[in-house]
Amino acid sequence: MAESATDVLAQARQWREAGKGVALATVVGTWGSSPVQAGSHLAVSDDSAFVGSVSGGCIEGAVVTEALQVIADGRPRQLEYGVTDEMAWAIGLACGGKVQIYVERVE
Amino acid sequence: MKLDYLAQILAARAQKRPIALATRLADGAQSLYDGATCTGAVALSAGQIAEAHGLLLAGRSAPLAASEGAIFLRCYAPPAKLVMIGAVHIAQFLAPMAALAGFEVIVIDPRGAFATEARFPGVTLVTEWPGPALARIGLDEHTAVVTLTHDPKLDDPALRAALQSPVFYIGALGSTRTHAKRIERLRELGLAQLAPRIHAPVGLDLGGRAAAEIAVSVLAQVIQQRYRRAP
Repeated sequence: MAESATDVLAQARQWREAGKGVALATVVGTWGSSPVQAGSHLAVSDDSAFVGSVSGGCIEGAVVTEALQVIADGRPRQLEYGVTDEMAWAIGLACGGKVQIYVERVE
Repeated sequence: MKLDYLAQILAARAQKRPIALATRLADGAQSLYDGATCTGAVALSAGQIAEAHGLLLAGRSAPLAASEGAIFLRCYAPPAKLVMIGAVHIAQFLAPMAALAGFEVIVIDPRGAFATEARFPGVTLVTEWPGPALARIGLDEHTAVVTLTHDPKLDDPALRAALQSPVFYIGALGSTRTHAKRIERLRELGLAQLAPRIHAPVGLDLGGRAAAEIAVSVLAQVIQQRYRRAP
């Protein structure tokens, strides 16, 4: 995991230096049987490319959509997905956990 | 996040220096903490610094408790290092197991017949004597040292170096009787008061006797000691 985090950040910088808008999503809290550790990163570019993971694959699509908003308006956001959230069921976080994600723009 | 912070984190990672990013989630203000100083828009209290220090040592990212979850600390710690003295049978199990668990693994043994690529495929082998080898590798608080040779000529210089360093774990293979003799030798060197840092007999008591089982017990104890310091 440690290595992949570096790769994600390296990719984020590469995108930024190539002039792309970039957002970084970070898992800042987990509850229950979440499959990811706090600190896991997902980097998203303004052309919807992404690297890394914040959930083992269940909610990346939704996080990418939010990340594009963050790239557009520069306002950081806190997102929360879990079993109590119908949306999370719909997008597949069926592992019984809850995850809190912070999304920020790389300036 | 400032691009400059991203660059600093990547530079620290490349140089295997630990670094952490503190983010105040309410407004996105951030600071970098390198284990000694904290620079940026978020000022951490003495209590939060102490907490951040423990997290950085353990390589664990978490909200700072003292901030009631409002400040998240993302730690970028280099992989912990496990240095084994003795390219012996147990090391042949412990080396790959520790690598799988995310450790940077180094095996030191000046005896060419033991430290061979055939016996340790893909493992970093150092065929110098333990004293000079450890001085060159450097013993820091992200490092664990385990002696496995049973030979005082090889084990003792390594223990001496480890005891006088901030390594987070020191283990020595050998029975209670062997360890009593070892402590006597350390006493002659004036190091007896540091001997309680040595885990001996080495490893958690899992009951196993096979080399692979002992390797599991050693690795388990190293991991336990590594996280014991985190809040």
